[in-house]
Amino acid sequence: MAVTQVKVDATEARLAAIPAPDKGAAWIEAARDAARARLREMGLPGRRDEYWKFTRPDSLTAPEAPAAALFEMGEPQVFDGFDRVKLVFVDGVFDADSSDDPALAGVEIERLATAAQTDIHWARETYGILEARGQTPVPRPLAALNTACAGDGVLIRATARAEKPISLIYRHESKTSDAYLHHVIRVESGAELTLLENGPAAARFNKVMEVDIADGGRFNHVRAQGRDHERRAATHIFARLGAEAVFKSFTMTVNGQMTRNECVVEMAGDDAVAHVAGAAMGDGDFHDDDTVFVTHDAERCESRQVFKKVLRGGAVGVFQGKILVKAGAQKTDGYQISQSLLLDGDSQFLAKPELEIYADDVVCSHGSTTGAIDADTLYYLRSRGLPKAEATDLLVLSFLAEAVEEIEDDALRNEVTARLGAWLARRRG
Amino acid sequence: MAALDKGDEAKEGVDQETVDTVREVGGAYKYGWETDIEMDYAPLGLDADIVRLISAKNGEPQWMTDWRLSAYERWLQKEEPTWAMVEYPEIDFQSQYYYARPKSMEVKPESLDDVDPKLLETYEKLGIPLKEQMILAGVEGAGETTPADARIGAGEDRQGERRVAVDAVFDSVSVGTTFQAELKKAGVIFCSISEAIRDHPDLVRKYLGSVVPVSDNFYATLNSAVFSDGSFVYVPPGVRCPMELSTYFRINAENTGQFERTLIIADKGSFVSYLEGCTAPKRDETQLHAAVVEIIAEEDAEVKYSTVQNWFPGDENGKGGIYNFVTKRADCRGDRSKVMWTQVETGSAVTWKYPSCILRGDDSQGEFYSIAITNNWQQADTGTKMVHLGKNTKSRIVSKGISAGHAQNTYRGLVSMHPKAQNSRNYTQCDSLLIGSTCGAHTVPYIEVKNNSARVEHEATTSKVDDDQLFYCRQRGMDEEEAVALVVNGFCRDVLQALPMEFAMEAQQLVAISLEGSVG
Repeated sequence: MAVTQVKVDATEARLAAIPAPDKGAAWIEAARDAARARLREMGLPGRRDEYWKFTRPDSLTAPEAPAAALFEMGEPQVFDGFDRVKLVFVDGVFDADSSDDPALAGVEIERLATAAQTDIHWARETYGILEARGQTPVPRPLAALNTACAGDGVLIRATARAEKPISLIYRHESKTSDAYLHHVIRVESGAELTLLENGPAAARFNKVMEVDIADGGRFNHVRAQGRDHERRAATHIFARLGAEAVFKSFTMTVNGQMTRNECVVEMAGDDAVAHVAGAAMGDGDFHDDDTVFVTHDAERCESRQVFKKVLRGGAVGVFQGKILVKAGAQKTDGYQISQSLLLDGDSQFLAKPELEIYADDVVCSHGSTTGAIDADTLYYLRSRGLPKAEATDLLVLSFLAEAVEEIEDDALRNEVTARLGAWLARRRG
Repeated sequence: MAALDKGDEAKEGVDQETVDTVREVGGAYKYGWETDIEMDYAPLGLDADIVRLISAKNGEPQWMTDWRLSAYERWLQKEEPTWAMVEYPEIDFQSQYYYARPKSMEVKPESLDDVDPKLLETYEKLGIPLKEQMILAGVEGAGETTPADARIGAGEDRQGERRVAVDAVFDSVSVGTTFQAELKKAGVIFCSISEAIRDHPDLVRKYLGSVVPVSDNFYATLNSAVFSDGSFVYVPPGVRCPMELSTYFRINAENTGQFERTLIIADKGSFVSYLEGCTAPKRDETQLHAAVVEIIAEEDAEVKYSTVQNWFPGDENGKGGIYNFVTKRADCRGDRSKVMWTQVETGSAVTWKYPSCILRGDDSQGEFYSIAITNNWQQADTGTKMVHLGKNTKSRIVSKGISAGHAQNTYRGLVSMHPKAQNSRNYTQCDSLLIGSTCGAHTVPYIEVKNNSARVEHEATTSKVDDDQLFYCRQRGMDEEEAVALVVNGFCRDVLQALPMEFAMEAQQLVAISLEGSVG
């Protein structure tokens, strides 16, 4: 379908408003040009696009980022207690002074802004490539915009098992910052890497992460999206899995005015495993959209999508999940569950859990439920002497547990659970 | 039924009658013959004059002509939808006929006795004798149904014999409607929609287009402009319709689209069960069928609508077949009203159909049971919408999709809980079965929940025919196709049970036929 004039205008206005990144080597300039062309071909998302049926893209596509007040965190940040390699970005720009020395055995860590100046770099095989692959069958224009305009980010190449996690910390220090980060991660055959992400990043944050996992590689990802009430974020993960590769990604989202997390996974090698999970809680002006697209293009792969949302005070939760099993992807095991708990009458849950299957020897299932807290269970807890608010929170935590349990590492899982519990306790006052 | 062709001897444990029946229903599409009859056509193509002509042929009042013309104007503005997961070459709306009537129907016969014997023969051959006796729509061998088999409920008279009133639609016109007099005694109006426009204009004016608005979607708008006939049912307050009503649609003429309109009104506290059947001749060219069905259920009314859709599906190479683009919607207007859709979709080259319920009245209920079977190159994109507006409304969706050959089968549905739909419930289950590695099965549900007292549950699975089950059947001497048919019938059981008895029998046989040639 031809792009409408309205979209053409919006796209051009958006491109014009973003300062061009520093001119880099030929390979990255070619990738940026290609992405710009892709974007122009599809246009920025509009309100009438099917893929944006439940989420209004306006605030993510407007030329100027809507202002977001800075948020003072009283307590230590999530993951602070972990031994890790810290890399800090302030409003989308790498801050070397606050970061650790990027030295980790078996892992190469580079800043995109630096690597972009290098003529020959491993990232040229991945930068913008996985993003471009993820543009069909559904266009993801905000990701193309990112590839075209991002000037910073991190490039990580793991060649062995990394002994500690790499932690990306995003600070938000300017009320009107509009940040673009593009990360490229390559996990070589047999290597293993854990990546942590947290922080609000900017008033408006557009992030793309391309993850290429070679045969037998393992990648763990745990993300905590900031508690800032007013921030907006559109993030994309594009992952490609080789044979027997493992990809696990978990996202905790607490508040924020607008969050659209897209995760696009391509199972390209046999016997790969991909788990994508999310636990979200929000109240008031909270719009949280998880859009997941898993493509099975190899035999005997396993994929799981587990998403749980707790909504109150007019919050809106969205889940669009898809399992696409291509012809020949026999013995696929695909599972998808999306559930929401509506704590009051104002909140909404909108879901579109899809299956598209072209191979016959598969087991695929999906489930989706929505409802209020079970009155009987609540009554049971109250009859045991628990005040109503605490009983409710206990049930909320147990509801979210199925998603949180997707985190393999015990310490990380406990940390996330503790954060969720603390947030609920603070809200209780 | 390959194995049955090998010899005439019945297998042990399977009686000869079963084998004969299976052989008889097996084989190719059996309704693929055509009736050689002289037809009157409207000129080829579509413009405002054709719309006027259809209106004039039906002897319609001016308001109806205007209604059609305004629909036509809007249709010109509309774009053909492309969101369904079906692919077909662009339809040339100007290269087909929008009205085809047997010459002998120029003057509408006074009674069934005056109807052209050729037409009566046609329906006889389809298994629907248009005589007022114990007859059953679209069902073979149903005449032998013993009273004990008959389901208790509507359509059962004092002797326990089941009778079904039939409105037979042949291309663009209704040939005749049986049992009209008897139904009239009960106060039930059952006639063709063209008659209703003439004889009951107030009812038609009040309800037509009130559930599916004129400009609802591309095909519904087209239908509003050019619908030629269809059925009309009005069940007055408190009346339980004394027999089942049915419409049998037959496309016969070449290059002709069929656009029928059905309007069913169940007034307060009434009940009606309605059946729909359809077939078409085998042809190399595709034909368009774009129907609209509107159901209105007032307070405490209940409507049961069952369809066995068996349009010509095209041959094994995907040549020919019917494009079935249908809009069906029920408005549960009154409190405690109930509408139940049951459909068995086995025919059509391309199906685009979403029988829906608007649950407006408090405590109203909507149910949707569907089996969609696609084989060879068939494509089906079908499902339902349950829009919960009233308090304590309930809906249940059970959809079984079976895909074989090179077919694509999609369930597409919407469950919407509006903020005022307090304490509403929905349960959705859609299962898909794949037979063979070249077909596809897809599920596209939309779930929108806007209040927390509502509870929505959705489940879907996709799998292949279970090897253990197949092995078990084959061990007991069934050949592979029979075994698959049995397993598939088991898979469809939830839906088959929701069908009226005779429909269920036919549907069961259809399940086996539709999958013919899909194994091995």
